[in-house]
Amino acid sequence: MPAKGYIEVNELFCKACEICVTDCPFDVLALDMERLTPKGYHPAYMVNPDACTGCGICATVCPDAAITVYRYDRKKAEA
Amino acid sequence: MVLTDTPAKLVYERPEALGTTVTHYCPGCTHGVAHRLVAEVLEEMSEVGNTIGVASVGCSVFAYNYFDFDFVEAAHGRAPAMATGIKRVLPDKTVFTYQGDGDLASIGMGEIVGAASRGELITVVFINNANYGMTGGQMAPTTLPGQKTTSSPTGRDVKRQGYPIQTAELLSTLEGSAYIVRRSLHNSREIRRAKKAIRTAFEVQKKGLGFALVELLSTCPTNWHLTPVEARDWIEERMMPVFPLGDYKISSAVADLKV
Ligand SMILES: Cc1ncc(C[n+]2csc(CCOP(=O)(O)OP(=O)(O)O)c2C)c(N)n1
Ligand code: SF4
Ligand code: SF4
Ligand code: SF4
Repeated sequence: MPAKGYIEVNELFCKACEICVTDCPFDVLALDMERLTPKGYHPAYMVNPDACTGCGICATVCPDAAITVYRYDRKKAEA
Repeated sequence: MVLTDTPAKLVYERPEALGTTVTHYCPGCTHGVAHRLVAEVLEEMSEVGNTIGVASVGCSVFAYNYFDFDFVEAAHGRAPAMATGIKRVLPDKTVFTYQGDGDLASIGMGEIVGAASRGELITVVFINNANYGMTGGQMAPTTLPGQKTTSSPTGRDVKRQGYPIQTAELLSTLEGSAYIVRRSLHNSREIRRAKKAIRTAFEVQKKGLGFALVELLSTCPTNWHLTPVEARDWIEERMMPVFPLGDYKISSAVADLKV
């Protein structure tokens, strides 16, 4: 199954609280231990992007409004 | 990876009313969720340009830096008095206070009871995190029986320090209260329900139906000495039995309101 959606994490706001990582029902997210944000946190990123449904749960629970959610529009792509 | 060849539509982004300042809140603190919900609701109601917020004293003392609309800062506990004055002079404005449990239920208990009893047409967003966060985690009126804080190091002893104050229940007994509910910010389902309650509380003000308050159970991972994820479980396991979620006052006019 191809991904139904994707998210972007604004690294200015992410504080590595891990709440999105825990709450994503499809285990899409992880903290990136290889990188640091300008504030010195390991940002959340899509470790398993193919599983993302674009459900938006991660954005709902993020305390720092760091997440933007998109859904792919495949019908439009075929048309 | 992101598929650049497939069109995608935006389904959620950070509300503009939140501004672009990074908050000073600790990682995982759900003050941030409450801020976002207020910003989303005011945007959805097209009220951003017509709103005046009243910040309180506590961790949310800098709330005026985080919302991209008019804000004032009240003395400790006095936000309801300041909001009363603003709303009475500018009745067409949407006026709300944003207060913690130390601010609202301790030093400011008289003010909030007065505002509710007078049926002031203001909206109150009340953050209950069971301690004084800003000053280092002291016991608040909302601290749970047995809860260890920096000023109750062996746990709150109800014989000496009394029982937690259930603010929503208490204010619901007052005639001037139109809408008094308790919600929680500990998971996506409850966050959605909290947003709906905040929307209703602002609609109650717009329609002039009376005093409206939403109590929100909120995490303080730093002073609870828990990770952000553990802190959310602590709300569910420890706080919710003492502070049950629910609707404590829905006046008949509010019951007829469609949100
Ligand atoms: C007149 C006065 N008394 C006491 C204080 C110290 N003080 C600052 S914040 C605070 C309590 C904050 O707790 P709460 O309202 O629960 O907000 P939180 O920080 O937990 O979000 C206290 C007692 C003060 N600033 N002014
Ligand atoms: S949108 Fe849903 S599936 Fe995708 S990362 Fe967020 S929570 Fe997971
Ligand atoms: S919930 Fe938000 S702040 Fe926390 S790790 Fe995820 S993106 Fe970062
Ligand atoms: S001290 Fe507690 S309430 Fe204050 S910002 Fe930190 S986690 Fe939030």
